[in-house]
Amino acid sequence: MGAKIEASVVDPASNWPLFAEKARQLITQDKVAVVFGCWTSVSRKSVLPVFEELNGLLFYPVQYEGEELSKNVFYTGAAPNQQAIPAVEYLMSKDGGGAKRFVLLGTDYVYPRTTNKILRAFLKSKGVAEADIMEEYTPFGHSDYQTIIAKIKKFASEGKKTAVVSTINGDSNVPFYKELGNQGLKATDVPVVAFSVGEEELRGVDTKPLVGHLAAWNYFMSLKNPSNDEFTKKWAAYAKAKNLAGHKDKPLTNDPMEATYIGVYMWKQAVEKAKSFDTDKVIAAMAGQTFKAPSGFTAKMDEKNHHLHKPVFIGEVKADGQFNVVWKTPGPVKAKPWSPYIPGNDKKKDEPEMAKKAAAPKK
Amino acid sequence: MSRWWVSLGLAVAVAFPARAALDAAVVTRLATGDGDEKVAAIAQLIAGGDPRAVPVLQALADGEMSVAGGRVLLVKGEEGLDAVTGEKVSPVPSPRDDVVANNRLRREIESALAALKLLSPDRDARLAAAKELAGGANEAMLPLLKKAVGNETDGTIKPMLELTVAGLELKSADKAQRLAAIRTLAASANPNTRMLLSPLVEKGKDGAFLEKDEDVRVAAQSSLASVEGRLAWSQRAGLAFSGVSLGSILLLAALGLAITYGLMGVINMAHGELIMIGAYTTYVVQNLFRAHLPGAFDWYLAAALPAAFAASALVGMALERTVIRWLYGRPLETLLATWGLSLILIQAVRTLFGAQNVQVENPAFMSGGVEILAGIVLPWSRIVIIGFAIAVLAGMAVLLTRTRLGLFVRAVTQNRAMAACVGVRTARIDTWAFGLGSGIAGLAGCALSQIGNVGPDLGQSYIVDSFMVVVLGGVGQLAGTVYAALGLGILNKVLESWAGAVLAKIAILVVIILFIQKRPQGLFALKGRVID
Repeated sequence: MGAKIEASVVDPASNWPLFAEKARQLITQDKVAVVFGCWTSVSRKSVLPVFEELNGLLFYPVQYEGEELSKNVFYTGAAPNQQAIPAVEYLMSKDGGGAKRFVLLGTDYVYPRTTNKILRAFLKSKGVAEADIMEEYTPFGHSDYQTIIAKIKKFASEGKKTAVVSTINGDSNVPFYKELGNQGLKATDVPVVAFSVGEEELRGVDTKPLVGHLAAWNYFMSLKNPSNDEFTKKWAAYAKAKNLAGHKDKPLTNDPMEATYIGVYMWKQAVEKAKSFDTDKVIAAMAGQTFKAPSGFTAKMDEKNHHLHKPVFIGEVKADGQFNVVWKTPGPVKAKPWSPYIPGNDKKKDEPEMAKKAAAPKK
Repeated sequence: MSRWWVSLGLAVAVAFPARAALDAAVVTRLATGDGDEKVAAIAQLIAGGDPRAVPVLQALADGEMSVAGGRVLLVKGEEGLDAVTGEKVSPVPSPRDDVVANNRLRREIESALAALKLLSPDRDARLAAAKELAGGANEAMLPLLKKAVGNETDGTIKPMLELTVAGLELKSADKAQRLAAIRTLAASANPNTRMLLSPLVEKGKDGAFLEKDEDVRVAAQSSLASVEGRLAWSQRAGLAFSGVSLGSILLLAALGLAITYGLMGVINMAHGELIMIGAYTTYVVQNLFRAHLPGAFDWYLAAALPAAFAASALVGMALERTVIRWLYGRPLETLLATWGLSLILIQAVRTLFGAQNVQVENPAFMSGGVEILAGIVLPWSRIVIIGFAIAVLAGMAVLLTRTRLGLFVRAVTQNRAMAACVGVRTARIDTWAFGLGSGIAGLAGCALSQIGNVGPDLGQSYIVDSFMVVVLGGVGQLAGTVYAALGLGILNKVLESWAGAVLAKIAILVVIILFIQKRPQGLFALKGRVID
């Protein structure tokens, strides 16, 4: 198209009402064609009405709990069936240790609660008894995991092989893993699989006691393929040129970065195809876009449900803070934003309501 | 026997001589087979009893094995060895496919290697091996284990091995052997024992017992009861420890505030940031040690403590001189001004060090833990911090009651005008006292860096807790702070184990609100300048 793209960056400082305000400013004042962003589900939920009202376009790059579809949003992160469910299947497999008992441990907010609801239903469908599932939540910023680890130990000693599924958010992971290491709970005995721990989160962590614990993502920095080499090299050069604190000495890439990267390129392709920045035309052109992603597979935007088809990888933490990929899906997996493990979802359509007026009573 | 071990030692030391080779087919399967084939290959290598298998397996567990052009290599740094022949390979071919070991393989390798080490002449090696096998032995190791029990003379290792053997013999076909095994297991305090015994007393889906033999079931029941009784005690001990540990952390975080708020009456919202500065100082000292004194890395904390104290004290004194001193007696303005200062400090650190958390590594002696009772591991880092909190408390008590500075601080606190009349330079004492409180916050930061995150927001998570402890303990009293910190720590942990972390936090706040309603002055009555 040859149009020059200008970036406006706003920082709503993780303050949720501010997200909606800034989104409105971006669309109405800065007249942006597209927004890439939001991190927590709460922030996405707060900007959603703004994007729907003003017919804006949002690319959301983070793994999330599903249960949402909007015409104005493209979800380039993983839905539960592209991260949580394959991870639990791996834990139950022979190579994953054949776990029979599960601890679902999370921070107390919408993503862990919903994910654990889906996982609980999934585990039950696999014949895991109610008594073999323990669900625990901690407040945001919780930093003392002594009692929780003691509980996990007790639970694990009550019979059968146990695994922990962690949706602990952000900073709490460091004290959690430190305590885990110090109390001598090894990955070979009770493996912990995390959905919010990647290369960047391990930056501030002494990884030695964590070796062998697992993470499930759609991308790892350690993947070896030409498009990933290019991606990591570009990022390292950018970090150096822009003198980014931390990244200039140790550039790291991770899954949400890859998801954003795919999103930006797909949007560019869609704009070129639509020959317009008009929201509706770009949305129509997004369907079926493909991009050779750094994961080594070709990611495809689903024709209908606004989610990507992505591969799933399970990695084990290595001593240097990178991940060893121990399992992967043979190819990209189609996202199921309406998890079949939540009752009532079978009637929901796998595409956003296109008629704008009728979109209001969505659920 | 000993010759065998010497040869193993030699093999490890000189990277195994290039005489006879390992079975190439097995090694290839180990490197390129699927999960099951790899497990089978490990068993074959161990069963062969060839000591040269040890480094190969170790390399696989450590992720140092790779395949290039059909050849299996062990690559460590720049050096490469052929896994089959043990010959040196140089230059190391490239590209190579790394052989990935997952948890399942690592577990197999660990227990296999442990089984080999059971006959080691070194007591520590045997003890480590026995511990390893307590959780991961399999039937194939039974003959070896029995042999090890026969040879063992050490009073700690022998019972451990006997329990492991008993655990394996539970599945034996001989009823007498099973009953004997169950009776042996009654003496166990290992949580794994419960895993072994509980299937024997469980009912299946159809309501019938899974274990058909009544005698076995009854024996298992009584053994299980005694094991569980023992475990319950160790759990209580663990809970008490975690309560004391949390209490010691609260105490450290609140001690500095007990001086600046408790004694001086300054509502210092930037207290948390002074803790954060202490933690970042520890980070800087750690990096200096890593860069210039890597040999003495384990001792970086010794240098970090005074540095953290000094850094926070200096920042605190500067704040007092420039801002806080002009606001004495105006609590609301102090609150707002110090809150602003805290935001400035956070942003300054964020600009200097970046918004991400930084990595503070524990020195080796503070990693891991000591097992006091089976299943209860007390982490060294927490033990050290409890000791440290006691030391800081004692130091502060001595400083306040036995030194000239302490005397002046108390005098100024109790009656400023009178103290000034008898020649105490009250303004200077204020600065020193504020510096002392800030310095102690720095020490707390140094300790907290060992167990939690170090990031610009570190202080925010401790400020509320600190105020809670000081207010609950009674403003102006050190003893109150100690009781309040320990009380809150233990209460929090007891509630947490009973109702979960989220409810425990709510319950604690409700308890404090009710308490303050009943007794606004806190546990101990308030004396000092805050009244005027």
